[in-house]
Amino acid sequence: MPDANVVNFHPSAPTEGETSADTGSRRSSDGSSPRPALEVRDLTVSRGGAFDLRIECLSVARGETLAVLGLNGAGKSTLLETLALLVKPDTGEVRILGEVAGRGKSRHHLRRRLGLALQDPYLLRGRVLDNVALPLRLRGLAPSEARARAGAWLERFGISHLAGRPAREISGGEARRTSLARALVTEPDLLLLDEPFSALDPPTHDTLLRDFQKVLGPGTAVVLVTHDRSEVLNLAQQVAVLHAGRLLQRGPAQEVFRRPANEVVASIVGLESILTGPVVASEGGICRVQVAPDVMIEAAAEAEPGALLTLCIHPEEVTIDRSRPPARSTARNVFPAFIRSITPYGRGCRVELECPFPLVALVTRRSVEDLALHAGERVTASFKASAIHVFPARATVS
Amino acid sequence: MFEGLWQALERIVSLDAALREATWRTLQVSGTATLFSLSLGVPTGVWLALSRFRGRTFVVALINTGMGLPPVVVGLFVMIFLWRSGPFGGLQLLYTPTAMIIAQTLIASPIIAGLSLAAVQSLPARLKLQVQALGATRLQSVWLLAREARLPLLAAIMAGFGAVISEVGASLMVGGNLRGSTRVLTTATVLEASKGNFASAIALSLMLLGLAYAINLILTRLQQHGRA
Repeated sequence: MPDANVVNFHPSAPTEGETSADTGSRRSSDGSSPRPALEVRDLTVSRGGAFDLRIECLSVARGETLAVLGLNGAGKSTLLETLALLVKPDTGEVRILGEVAGRGKSRHHLRRRLGLALQDPYLLRGRVLDNVALPLRLRGLAPSEARARAGAWLERFGISHLAGRPAREISGGEARRTSLARALVTEPDLLLLDEPFSALDPPTHDTLLRDFQKVLGPGTAVVLVTHDRSEVLNLAQQVAVLHAGRLLQRGPAQEVFRRPANEVVASIVGLESILTGPVVASEGGICRVQVAPDVMIEAAAEAEPGALLTLCIHPEEVTIDRSRPPARSTARNVFPAFIRSITPYGRGCRVELECPFPLVALVTRRSVEDLALHAGERVTASFKASAIHVFPARATVS
Repeated sequence: MFEGLWQALERIVSLDAALREATWRTLQVSGTATLFSLSLGVPTGVWLALSRFRGRTFVVALINTGMGLPPVVVGLFVMIFLWRSGPFGGLQLLYTPTAMIIAQTLIASPIIAGLSLAAVQSLPARLKLQVQALGATRLQSVWLLAREARLPLLAAIMAGFGAVISEVGASLMVGGNLRGSTRVLTTATVLEASKGNFASAIALSLMLLGLAYAINLILTRLQQHGRA
């Protein structure tokens, strides 16, 4: 039985009914090792003088989904446009299925093997069906054949009833579905998505995400630019973190979220509670780190006393309790806390706490209601030593 | 004055032969010139909006200057080129409707090109990328984006048509206002007014206004129909 007095939240867990995006890629299991769907080498892109993008190496295997995370202005959209062969890099190369994107016709030919859906669906004048059939018509398919195939994709996205409606008159969620159907209608080898699920209400967002996972082909590689951690954890096997045009970390999604390479990556992947301090004692794989004059935090790490560490506390592993001390808690770190604010966050709530240091917790909405949590109240916050990711202070790129 | 207006209306209602001839010639010359300007100006404007090349700003500035070309200047240069001893004198086009169409095309093309350029440039930058990413060739992109900018493009066509149907300087210089051949509503109005035939001049002017309104009404209906 869950303890109604203690709350925590795991945004990483797919909800019931969601497919198994966390269980590895959609790669075909024929044992072959085909060329990556996408390879980027020594890429630099500049706009207006300075380098916007400088990426040494990046690849996406067939059937794999790579999520690109980064703050605004990190270069995510420039990267996506470069991968879509819409922006010519200054140096370096982009390979699609092993073929180098050159110039002119070869570039156009390769572009036709890609699908792109942007945050704004950019539906064109005409009916929904015509919009989805357009990529096929541009490739020379007969109108009847194009419409039949487009109709099948509308069916897969559950919007076949919109086929005859003017594309400019449908709702935001329907427009996103239409845009995704249009990107997938040519069954591309590589699908590039720029925040296609953002700015939707939570039920529409969740349903679309689920439907999208269902219709994605087994061999299609996906590059997804997003800000939403739940999208990353539900859809992507790999994550690349981009900051100021540079790739700071790339690895399996869970790995990057659990063990960010540095403070910048930690803040990008949502670890907001970042503290720095010297190790005052270390024993049995547990370090006592002084983060404020009278505040010690115990973290699971090996370090010599005197070493300066940066601690990142996973918000979903912070527990909020009304009783003092917390009931049945084995957490090593327990602090009296004051709730500064409670704000909706995805399917849960983000609780901003003031312990002797600022601390953020992610809890379910149900828990906030059950515990009747309100801003301005005093509670107890606790987290385990293993809930902290540790790296030497001022670490840079992994 | 009222007598003149009454006589003018009588001529319009009875569709006198000279009025009919000038109206038909106006439609023929200005309509053809607008069609040529349309086929030159729209692709040029859309292409310029999508292109990045060295000297582009120079070309755009040239087109923008062309939007304000005085018709008499165009008439003068077309006349020089088509003059018997000019480079195209052998074609014997001076004082023909073709010469008027050439002059009016030169007047309207920069207007339509400049406004088409502005129309396509006002579309969201990422829409252009999205269209390319759908797999459109350069030509297909031009067509799709022109379709998206249909409302301002029709406004560009109206502006081009308005410029040529109302001009008189170039038509007079390269057409010569020859009865039964190159006399259009504007040049006929000038002639009749200079002779003191105000009833005829008013009738011609009213016909010109009616014609301009009718054509613009058709284009406006097309434009507003495409708003959805």
